[in-house]
Amino acid sequence: MPRFSCSLAAAILFSIAANFSAAELSPQLKAVRSVSREGQGNEAAAAAVRTLSAASASDLLQILIGFEGASPLAANYLRNAVESVVDRHLAANKPLPAKQLEAFVLKRSNDPRARRLAFEVLAKVDLTASDRLIPKMLLDPSPEFRRDAVQRLVGEAEGLGKDSADKAKQVYRKALSGATDSDLVKKISKSLKDLGDEVDLVTHFGFLTDWRIVGPFDNRGFIGFDIAYAPEKELDFVAKLQAKDGEVAWGVITTSDEFGIVDIAKSVAPHKGAVMYLATSYEAAANRNVEFRFGTPNAWKLWVNGKFLFGRDEYHRGMAIDQYRVPANLKAGKNVILLKLCQNEQDDDWAQRYQIQIRVCDPSGVAVLPVKSGSRSTTGMSPLKRQSKRLTASAEGASQ
Amino acid sequence: MINLHKISAWRIVPLVVAVVFSTSLRGADWLQFRGNNVSGVSALSAIPATWSDTENVAWKVDLPGRGASGAIVIGNQVVVTASSGFRQDRLHVLSFDRVSGKKVWERQFWATGRTMTHPKMSVATPTPASDGERIFAFYSSNDVVCLDLDGNLQWLRGLTHDFPNASNSLGMSSSPIVIGDTLIVQVENDAESFAAGLDTSNGKSRWKKVRPKKANWTSPTLWQEGDAAPMALLQSSAGIEAVHPRTGETIWKFGAGASTIPSSVVTPDSLLIPSNGLTAVRLGDKVDDEAGSPEVLWNDRKLGPGTSSPIVVAGKVFVVNRAGVLQAADVNTGSLLWRLRLKGPFSATPVAAGQHLIFFNEKGDAQVVDISGAEGEIVGENTVGETILSTPAIADNEMFVRSDGHLWKIAK
Repeated sequence: MPRFSCSLAAAILFSIAANFSAAELSPQLKAVRSVSREGQGNEAAAAAVRTLSAASASDLLQILIGFEGASPLAANYLRNAVESVVDRHLAANKPLPAKQLEAFVLKRSNDPRARRLAFEVLAKVDLTASDRLIPKMLLDPSPEFRRDAVQRLVGEAEGLGKDSADKAKQVYRKALSGATDSDLVKKISKSLKDLGDEVDLVTHFGFLTDWRIVGPFDNRGFIGFDIAYAPEKELDFVAKLQAKDGEVAWGVITTSDEFGIVDIAKSVAPHKGAVMYLATSYEAAANRNVEFRFGTPNAWKLWVNGKFLFGRDEYHRGMAIDQYRVPANLKAGKNVILLKLCQNEQDDDWAQRYQIQIRVCDPSGVAVLPVKSGSRSTTGMSPLKRQSKRLTASAEGASQ
Repeated sequence: MINLHKISAWRIVPLVVAVVFSTSLRGADWLQFRGNNVSGVSALSAIPATWSDTENVAWKVDLPGRGASGAIVIGNQVVVTASSGFRQDRLHVLSFDRVSGKKVWERQFWATGRTMTHPKMSVATPTPASDGERIFAFYSSNDVVCLDLDGNLQWLRGLTHDFPNASNSLGMSSSPIVIGDTLIVQVENDAESFAAGLDTSNGKSRWKKVRPKKANWTSPTLWQEGDAAPMALLQSSAGIEAVHPRTGETIWKFGAGASTIPSSVVTPDSLLIPSNGLTAVRLGDKVDDEAGSPEVLWNDRKLGPGTSSPIVVAGKVFVVNRAGVLQAADVNTGSLLWRLRLKGPFSATPVAAGQHLIFFNEKGDAQVVDISGAEGEIVGENTVGETILSTPAIADNEMFVRSDGHLWKIAK
């Protein structure tokens, strides 16, 4: 369509839609929220966004409320509509509903993405918003708000003189209580260490440090990723298992690494062309949704309570805290976690790492610690002994 | 100043794709990675050989996030992408007024795919593309966003959202191209590797085909001979696969392997592939075996490029190797013509403006090489003082280049 035609259409659309009330936007919000995989619903969503974009400022709240339960794709469509409405009003020097936006931001049960967007809009028209609101968001469910609040406290602590070490410790400790991003946690931890305080990073992040381990099974020629070796069929921790180089038995591996890295190459052996299985139990206080977040340079598969959650067949493309995010449901009581970790046969210096770092947290990144065992997971030696757990391969959910 | 006498004597690379696009193109546009015809050449442009803070920099503007993506130019708009936030999960598309540098609009999105990259890369590494009416922004998270020229969302896709194992923990850099009414994307990695042709009007997949399971950072290119249907040329570690852009149907394959970093470049009648050094194959219908492989014209192991893709100008191919040495060779024979040591290292692919090749190294130093003589000659050395990984865009006598923090317009 020629550009002038697009502009004309937009103008007509605006004139029609400008008087829409909030209630009349419901069909558009529904259309956007119906967008799904592989472009399904794209045309209807785009048409709906054109109408939403022409809405009045008073309708912004209705669009923001529409984020509730919206998929990541739908949220992006809605974001575009909000940005269009805001840009149009700012360009025309028309007011935005600052009080309502602030109230929306402060209501923590609102969608975190919508709250953050509302805050960013508010900050365009209220230059005091950041100073007034962010300091109260240290424990906010939105990771972006938490980060902002933590950064302010870190700045405050850094600004204290050498004579104020105790005060600085206090401020850093407060900052740490809200910190979930690894860069800020590391920075705070180092500052506290310099001031004489140690931080238990394993507990802070919720790393799982104690595992049973068995292997190596054969992964020469990458065959092992798709082969269901014995631990995938039945978890029997006393059984002898036929593996790559003969019979093997389950052993124990623990880590004292401050970032919870379980290093198979160093602690067990630098196996190549191998599959190792790691298992642990996790005692949850109640049924709840969590994220397993981990980093590894190796291929992996993850099961929780016998249910396959996700797997990834990638080797030596980097490792970082929270590299992968896998949503999971934990049940109250004991949960059995099984990991399959695969190593390839590359002989390059940079392809020798065989390790994993895994933690359990809520969707905002705050550690969810197991009960009973304090900060640590447990291999559950006695409870799991002779426990047979049937493992099924039913994929659930998606990972990030 | 451009030498018109020299220009007239040149063999200007034919605009083989001028008829590929569904709309008539403004001559001054630069619509995708390496420009409209994916050559990196703007034969009639003249860019100043030297510039500084006070000379030949028309404007410099701040960017809100990182990016190794290049700018594109659509009429009076300069469009760039960026990514910001601790996890680089905030995606930006920005449009600037080409004359003044004033930001016209900005749109942001949340990444729906994984955003981990090598520290050198960023989520905004692929260069966006345009068909002259729409902007297609693509990110390492495999989010594809289509906006009209006013920033209104037309459609979006989350290709990792759709196919959860399609990602690369080092980051992905393949830049999409538009052929007719299809957007060609390569999402190639170790775990779930595919290429797809997306309908430019609604983002739905016209086709999706499985590709080699190996990380691949190259970008598709295209070829069209006369009035024949254009081909999309998909590069991977396996080689080159030529496909019909609208159906994904394979036309031919070159199976001798190829690099996964620098991309191939077309000449008027051949394709130069970073394969076993550099390999030239004949383009067109003629194949030399039953498998439908194109005829190999020549191969030279010493002409292997480093990270930057080769560029072809006036019957010569120019390649920068890993040591930062620029090599010029005859495009028809592969015979080496001259060498010139440059100051590297390089990630950005060079562009050509008239008789000048412009190289930005990773330190932000630009070296302008005059290629009109018997030997290459550095005629300008400049710096922007910031890391440059992106390939510049050229439109008329203006050049646009971006760093993680800024976008510059270089022009008299």
